[in-house]
Amino acid sequence: MQEEMLLPELDEESAPFFDYAAAGELRVQRCSACGTRRVPPRPMCHACGSTDVEWELLSGRGRVWSFAVPHPPLLPAYAAVAPYNVVVVEAEEDPAIRFVGNLVGSADGPLNEIDPESIEIGEPVTVVFSSPVDDGLGPVVLPRWVRAS
Amino acid sequence: MRDQTAVVGIGTTEFAKQLESTERRLALEAIASALADAGLAPSEVDGMACYSMESTEEIDIARNLGFGDVTYFSKVPYGGGAGCGVVGQAAMAVAAGQCSVAVAWRSRKRGARASRPWAGVAQRVGSDQQRWTRPYGLLRPVDEIAVLTRRYMHDYGGTRDHLANVALGARHHANNNPAATMGHKVMTREDYMAARWISEPLCLFDNCLETDGACAVVITSAERARDLPQPPALLHSWAQSLPAQHQTMTNFFCDDPLRGPAWACADKLWSLSEVGPADVDVAQLYDAFSPLVILSLEGYGFCQRGEGGPFTDDGGIEIGGRLPVNTSGGGMSEAYLHGFNLIVEAVRQVRGTSTNQVRDAEFSLVTSGEGVPTGAILFRSDR
Repeated sequence: MQEEMLLPELDEESAPFFDYAAAGELRVQRCSACGTRRVPPRPMCHACGSTDVEWELLSGRGRVWSFAVPHPPLLPAYAAVAPYNVVVVEAEEDPAIRFVGNLVGSADGPLNEIDPESIEIGEPVTVVFSSPVDDGLGPVVLPRWVRAS
Repeated sequence: MRDQTAVVGIGTTEFAKQLESTERRLALEAIASALADAGLAPSEVDGMACYSMESTEEIDIARNLGFGDVTYFSKVPYGGGAGCGVVGQAAMAVAAGQCSVAVAWRSRKRGARASRPWAGVAQRVGSDQQRWTRPYGLLRPVDEIAVLTRRYMHDYGGTRDHLANVALGARHHANNNPAATMGHKVMTREDYMAARWISEPLCLFDNCLETDGACAVVITSAERARDLPQPPALLHSWAQSLPAQHQTMTNFFCDDPLRGPAWACADKLWSLSEVGPADVDVAQLYDAFSPLVILSLEGYGFCQRGEGGPFTDDGGIEIGGRLPVNTSGGGMSEAYLHGFNLIVEAVRQVRGTSTNQVRDAEFSLVTSGEGVPTGAILFRSDR
């Protein structure tokens, strides 16, 4: 059984997101032709069919749209910190742009740092970025969320 | 193709948490049983349909059972969303003349923990369903549905009592079904409320079972069905849906995540039907997780959005209620076979042979998974 926490497999479409995260930026794909945002990133704009894309810098501010609190049975690395929160955050710029992540107390804090009972739908949050995690296939930086100060 | 085809045979194996038999042998047993029920010889079968997740292979099934020359075979993706599409596509092939007798089946061994998909995951996860969610600990289907459920409760005032109504209704029905794996176990509301969390706000009893077993059905033309031993379950209408901008299971990336595939499927289903939701006598609503039943009640038009919870109050989805749902015990209390046992039960209801029979049931609905690309069938008795 997989012992470590999971990491995203990067491909042509998803790698830029994590490259920007490593630079401390939360960016989303935006169609160069018509301006439609798309999350998760993908090759073609559903609104106009263009494959031309730019990566728009977001403010990193958002609100908790919903969350789950997983309990075991879970993969070992997650079971070790369960129960923990997984939040879905809607971006300030566009409520239909959402990110799955964790609400933590600090960028590298454990998944169970925040008492799940204290989390509320609608509460304002701000993006932070983890230290690079390297499983031998290259470092990955994950966006995470802290309570807006 | 309205009313032009029918399910004429049903077959199931034993259901249990763990069976000795292989998926292959279970599939053969269920299909052979369904053909015997239909009064048809295996050599007459010329059509096959199954789930893309099915591990048994068409060539293997066909040569073991002694099928004739098979001229139609297809698979439908998306796990628990597939079942009604599998049967519907087989029926469509019969209606189109591509085959004359089709079998559809699902064989699945999931009782053993090592057989569960997340047990074999690699550290790097691909696909848009996983890459953006799994690293953060949204690992299992129940976690994905927990996120949608919490938002649903927030938006509409849904409660754990509503979820409990779904679990308890299924158990009450299972208690009257000797084939149900939970048939002998009584569950109370106190039991539900005391159960351990799996992914808050969902507890153990909001989850379906993990089961070993197989089910199969036989489909032929309505005309031929009338010469066969069993009362035909006519496919009055059926539909599939993969709605615009949908992301399977993690449908968080669209304007209205709580309006899942059921709505588009229902639009198509009712447009192809002579009747509407008010005419449905009994429904098998896919229940991998209890909130999916509540969403399906809304999506298929039995109530308005946000009213699915109260619809389940006061025995609303039990025998004698507003709409009896999951009358075999369903995935939560009979067996979880990706929803295929729900199809078998929907057929029993129009035959009049359910252990929780709705009297004179004429229109019997069965749906596949909400939250994933899905399907639905409205069966009609041939009276």
